[in-house]
Amino acid sequence: MEPRQDPPSDPQDEELRRKAIQRQRNIVLALVLAGFVALFYGITIARM
Amino acid sequence: MTSIDPPNAAPKPAMPAEWRDFFALTKPRVMTLVIFTGLCGLLAAPERINAFLGFAAILCIAIGAGGAAALNQWWEADIDAGMKRTSKRPLPSGRMDRTQARDFGIMLSAASVGIMGLAIGWLAAAILAVSIVYYAVLYTIWLKPRTPQNIVIGGGAGAFPPMIGWVAATGEITAMPVLLFAIIFMWTPPHFWALALFVKTDYEAVGIPMLPVVAGEQATRRQILVYAAILLPLSLAPWWIGGTGWIYGASAAVLSGLFLLLSAQVGLRRTQEGDAMRPEKRLFGFSILYLFALFAMLVVDRFALTP
Repeated sequence: MEPRQDPPSDPQDEELRRKAIQRQRNIVLALVLAGFVALFYGITIARM
Repeated sequence: MTSIDPPNAAPKPAMPAEWRDFFALTKPRVMTLVIFTGLCGLLAAPERINAFLGFAAILCIAIGAGGAAALNQWWEADIDAGMKRTSKRPLPSGRMDRTQARDFGIMLSAASVGIMGLAIGWLAAAILAVSIVYYAVLYTIWLKPRTPQNIVIGGGAGAFPPMIGWVAATGEITAMPVLLFAIIFMWTPPHFWALALFVKTDYEAVGIPMLPVVAGEQATRRQILVYAAILLPLSLAPWWIGGTGWIYGASAAVLSGLFLLLSAQVGLRRTQEGDAMRPEKRLFGFSILYLFALFAMLVVDRFALTP
């Protein structure tokens, strides 16, 4: 039996997938940064 | 920074890593135990901390544990690739570049220590920093590939969270946080060796000198029993020195008694090829429940008996 070979990927699909991953990462990063802003604000208030 | 890269670095992946891969790098399942014991240490402490600062302290412990886990996976990507249990992780499966994992781990570790120092105090931050270095360097890089006692000494890394939680609340190290550290320290070897007994072949395949691989099954079983026997009086010590009330004391006696009983079943048996390893799996499962229940009782005791 011959080893299974993945079909050649479409460069356009790959680019779309790359952009989608990057977009998701950017959204998560923005949420994390917003969380840190809230955290530092809360810490400042709590320590006053 | 390339000079500290581990050998056999894999080629760069074709796609950027997804955010889920970064999350997986922090070993979220292990983190739950770290968060729980850290929270219990914080809540069981005799002094109350502002709720938001308490939340920040636990968040720092979690982020620090995540950073240490990322550094562990960065270093052990080759070993993880050779083990069925770990081969699907982001690095061995080729979904993430190794350098990214290293930088992510360093960033999380530095952020957790910095925020802990600024928000809570530098003593708690220093213990957190020690725990990260302990796990990422002392255990992962130095001990794990070299000695079958890796788990004994490396177990200290997981023992730090309740101590950090306690110190975050009180600002000082007393006998109680040291005892909480010691309990997890002595719990780790029987917990992990029970697992190593039924996944032994995985460790053999990648050349990690786990006790069952190096010293054999019988020696490991004896060691499990010895550690469980020491754990019984040690778990009662917080009650003995007056750091907790009777609720914790009674719970610790029952839980540690059961732990010793299950360890004796593992410690005193001999197995043959093809054994289903049921007592070992039961001990491993109970050991997780044991730690959760013991630390939960510590908090229940504090809230039920302190006016």
